[in-house]
Amino acid sequence: MQVFPFIVVAWILGVGLYGVVTSRHLVHQIICLIVVQSSTYVLLLGVGYVTGAVAPYFFDVPDHTPAVDPVVQACALTDVVVEAAVTALLLSFAIQAYKRFGTLDPQELAALKG
Amino acid sequence: MNTLAVHTPYTVPVGMMDALQVTLLVLVAAGATAVVLIRAPVRQVLMLSTYGVLLAVLFLAFQAPDVTLSEMTVGAVLLPAVLLLTLAKVRKKEQ
Amino acid sequence: MTPRQRRWIFLVAGAGLVAFYLWGLLGLPGFGRYPGPYGPAILRVAVAQTNATGVVSAINFEYRGFDTVGEEFILFAAAAGVATVLRRLRGERDRPAVDEAVGRYVPDTSSAVRMVALLFVGPVVLAGWWLASHAQTDPSGGFQGGVVLATAFVLIYLSGEFLVFKRFSPIDLTDVAEAVGAAGFAAVGVSAVAMGLPYLENYLPLGQVPGAVSSSGTIALISFFVGIEVAAAFILIVGELLDQTLLVRQRG
Repeated sequence: MQVFPFIVVAWILGVGLYGVVTSRHLVHQIICLIVVQSSTYVLLLGVGYVTGAVAPYFFDVPDHTPAVDPVVQACALTDVVVEAAVTALLLSFAIQAYKRFGTLDPQELAALKG
Repeated sequence: MNTLAVHTPYTVPVGMMDALQVTLLVLVAAGATAVVLIRAPVRQVLMLSTYGVLLAVLFLAFQAPDVTLSEMTVGAVLLPAVLLLTLAKVRKKEQ
Repeated sequence: MTPRQRRWIFLVAGAGLVAFYLWGLLGLPGFGRYPGPYGPAILRVAVAQTNATGVVSAINFEYRGFDTVGEEFILFAAAAGVATVLRRLRGERDRPAVDEAVGRYVPDTSSAVRMVALLFVGPVVLAGWWLASHAQTDPSGGFQGGVVLATAFVLIYLSGEFLVFKRFSPIDLTDVAEAVGAAGFAAVGVSAVAMGLPYLENYLPLGQVPGAVSSSGTIALISFFVGIEVAAAFILIVGELLDQTLLVRQRG
């Protein structure tokens, strides 16, 4: 249990990279990029976890109760929302590529010049 | 055996929390593998939506409710919407 | 190099990469044993200093507010990029789009979808607004609230026609809203500088009760601006993609 989350993080990273490398469709590739990015969220939250602690919100819990690390949660929070916008930008590039070259296969697109 | 690092009055038994987290981690790993191995784009988008919900529940088990909220709204609603619109655009061009 | 060769080379290299990554991760102090000084240091002082019981939002908008300004501008730039790339496409494709609409069968939206989507628009807007304004008390904040607000507009599109969606979110209004949100956040910081304090210092009254909506000074204000900006950015993105997909139907 002490290393199992990190094994899962490495597994998701490897699987996502495999999807990116062996993909035949640009949208499939972008979705595999999303999977790779989700592994970093699990890593961030796994690093900051304290066994037996509560969430860092003290509205109904007395102040100074031991809580998990809030800094990594702040990082992961903005990360999730910004990733969606960057994915939309990548998708608009995919649409543009399809209109220019007529194909969404990254291995065919790599062979085109100009 | 994992012992508590801190003592709070709001703790569930350690074994139960461990079991929940291990189950969710295994489900998330299986979900990620499924997302990558499905090749048809529309079906992959639906699997991505399910994966987003699984991730959100995992974040809840990691005591992070705000990341849960973000991931659920973004990963289960907005990303599939944007992806499906792109796929519809590409398919329309093919006709 | 054939795809099969590429796949084998990747499997070898990928296994090596993942092995090194895992070796590095195993050097961390174990899951559940977070030793670091940063987390407990902030938890000790956050509620007393800012009167905000939502420590994560306090970190996002005050202790590390400068990072959040950067992240918000990434969002702004991505939405602007989508608009730029796709609007030029629309301009150049307007003329040849007429002939593609002939004889295309479009199934009507089912009444169940319309009714449910319409029923949910009001509560979703309310929920998004609540989330964006309660950053300092609950697990909510500008980012989540903005995304939920954008979802409400997607529901409007689902429940009605594309034209109704366009009427509710004209492109100019969305552009202005996004710019106001991004500029508002930066302006809150600059106004602190104008008063001789460091950038993004929390100078508004902190309120009496920790955990009330009116507490914690600039955190609530910044969260409001971030909510507007995130909602406008996502409505812009979805609107541009919808324009691309449905332009043919408009012309036909």
